Amino acid sequence: MTELSVDERHAAGTVELTMQQAVNRALRTALAEDPAVLLFGEDVGRLGGVFRVTDGLQAEFGADRVFDTPLAESAIVGMAVGLAMNGFRPVPELQFDGFAYPAVDQIVNQMARMHYRSRGTAPMPITLRLPSFGGIQAPEHHGESLEALFAHVPGLKVVAPADPADAYRLLLQSVRADDPVVFMEPKARYWDRGPVPVGADASGMDPIGTSRVVRPGRHATLVAWGAMVHRCLEVAELAAEDGVDLEVLDLRWLKPIDADGLAASVARTRRAVVVHEAPLTAGLGAEVAALITERAFRDLAAPVQRVTGFDVPYPAGPLEPQYLPTIDRVLFAVQRTLEF
Amino acid sequence: MPSSEPAGADPAPPGAPAPDAATVLPSAPATDLPAGAAMDVPTGSTTDLPADLGRRLYRDMLTARRLDGEAIALQRQGVFPAYVSLRGQEAAQVGSAAAVDRDRDFVFPTYREMAVALTLGVDMVGYMASHRALWHGGLYDPMASRFAPINAVVGGPVPHAVGWALGERLRGTGGCAVSYFGDGASSEGDVHESLNFAGVFAAPVVFVCQNNQWALSVPNERQVAGGSVAARAQGYGMPGVRVDGNDPAAVYTATRAALDHARAGGGPTLIEAVTYRLEPHSTSDDPSRYRDAAEERAWRERDPLPRLRARLEAAGHADAAFFEQAEADARATAERVRDGVAAAPEPGGADLFTHVYREPTRELARQRRAWQEEVEL
Repeated sequence: MTELSVDERHAAGTVELTMQQAVNRALRTALAEDPAVLLFGEDVGRLGGVFRVTDGLQAEFGADRVFDTPLAESAIVGMAVGLAMNGFRPVPELQFDGFAYPAVDQIVNQMARMHYRSRGTAPMPITLRLPSFGGIQAPEHHGESLEALFAHVPGLKVVAPADPADAYRLLLQSVRADDPVVFMEPKARYWDRGPVPVGADASGMDPIGTSRVVRPGRHATLVAWGAMVHRCLEVAELAAEDGVDLEVLDLRWLKPIDADGLAASVARTRRAVVVHEAPLTAGLGAEVAALITERAFRDLAAPVQRVTGFDVPYPAGPLEPQYLPTIDRVLFAVQRTLEF
Repeated sequence: MPSSEPAGADPAPPGAPAPDAATVLPSAPATDLPAGAAMDVPTGSTTDLPADLGRRLYRDMLTARRLDGEAIALQRQGVFPAYVSLRGQEAAQVGSAAAVDRDRDFVFPTYREMAVALTLGVDMVGYMASHRALWHGGLYDPMASRFAPINAVVGGPVPHAVGWALGERLRGTGGCAVSYFGDGASSEGDVHESLNFAGVFAAPVVFVCQNNQWALSVPNERQVAGGSVAARAQGYGMPGVRVDGNDPAAVYTATRAALDHARAGGGPTLIEAVTYRLEPHSTSDDPSRYRDAAEERAWRERDPLPRLRARLEAAGHADAAFFEQAEADARATAERVRDGVAAAPEPGGADLFTHVYREPTRELARQRRAWQEEVEL
């Protein structure tokens, strides 16, 4: 676990970028440093992606390394599997989270298992980029939270950055990793700006599966990932006005989960609230609660609280603010755990 | 297994698409091939078959037949939990695989391509280990063997072949991918997506559809709308070739031409090898519930092995001594593989964890330690 120390270590090479620009910058770095890296997906070439995340990359690296595919998610991932077996380091994009469902066989049965099935002989260094989660009032199937689905799959690693700096370094780390990674980009945070240490190299990165405390506190730990980290920071600001000192832990890696980091935080605060956008039942909050209970039961002063989406299909725009964890819902959960 | 049946005079079995509609790629320069080329030519039995190629094909087909028999016996003896026979499809598999360049190409099988593996020189004990349920993907080295792990999701490996082939095109290294699938898999969305991707990217991939008439219990007419997998090639902008899958020379010629076409930059080809699954879908299946014995008998008359033997004999390419030796060698190989796979050690429990990741997670290491401690109690 780090407390912004990575940022500090790389302060020298820091620039202000949006998360969308930071992802673009990381892809550019990856393409430049390794000729085996290929980017492909729907509209990622000439258009530069529907979120402009791949803007300019085809022009810079050529249409052999950054290219559009036909509209077929299963084949996009399946092609990545074949390219990986041929020594490439594919970085496919699925345009929206809801469009990952047509590719589930290739993700679960093929990409995640090929290394195992081949007894470690077939390399599978694929980073599957997946613009994820809600908060942009998108049409149906354009805002889904699939982290529990993918975290359940042996062979995958799953990560969701919360800010531009982490988007940059976690994406580079994912591309450099030799296992398949599902990289979930929080769409709602694409346009948020922050300092990005673009000089970050592998030596400056925390190991895969490391969480970080983005705000230290004493009274309770808020556990979140993706866009909900920002929501929890807002909650912590408000709570501080009432003298409640909340710690915010950005889990970052949803597989493997940093159980030690969770336990260490709860050892300090004795209380935890886990916040996610996905529905409650069998969501990753249950895994987080179980890990805290297993590792830090005697430290806990109250049951782990969960603040999540509801067990309903992702709603249309006007209902989205009611579905996503609100500041008030998180504050109520904090109150419940403090008053237990 | 001599046959009195003259080569090239096979009756069309009932209920099957007429193999005499077979077409092979013309010998014209590959790049002249029009999209959807489907030129009617006589059945493959008129395809040129040099003596040494014919003998090689026969030996591999016979070895596959004998090994297939040993595998069925191992299932009966309880050594294999189940087995999927390829009997009847030896010509389609050996004929196509014999055209593969083992130094440059890469084959993506599903689960019934045992004769392809044999022809490519895959470690057959390692291959058969999959059927003994020692390891799902088989225990051979798929990367060194140029033969991807066995895959039971029948459409699943097809896009892998396209990706692998695209990699060759990008690198300019000249290799081709060969993707095997069946008439049942032709219904899978992944096969459609893959054919379209291959067409769009002009990927050097050869799709070999073994149309063995039956997808488990469902016949062609309930599986393949329009009646021809190869005819679909036109829609993907690639040559489609329907070939007599029980004639190894025809399959070899079509595959060789498709590989040359792909290597020359001409892009993909879809070959449909019309053949027949003589045995049940698997050793757990009972085909009497869904197909007529008369149909099976008619296809047994077209068995590719006696047919090839008769042709080699008629052409004077092989004599009795050759066939005797081929039989002895095939039996020896089959017995060696049988004994090897029966004696192969079961994987150790730690293999549960070893290959899940290349860079193992702390969590999995913890689970492995916990497992170890508990099994050692």
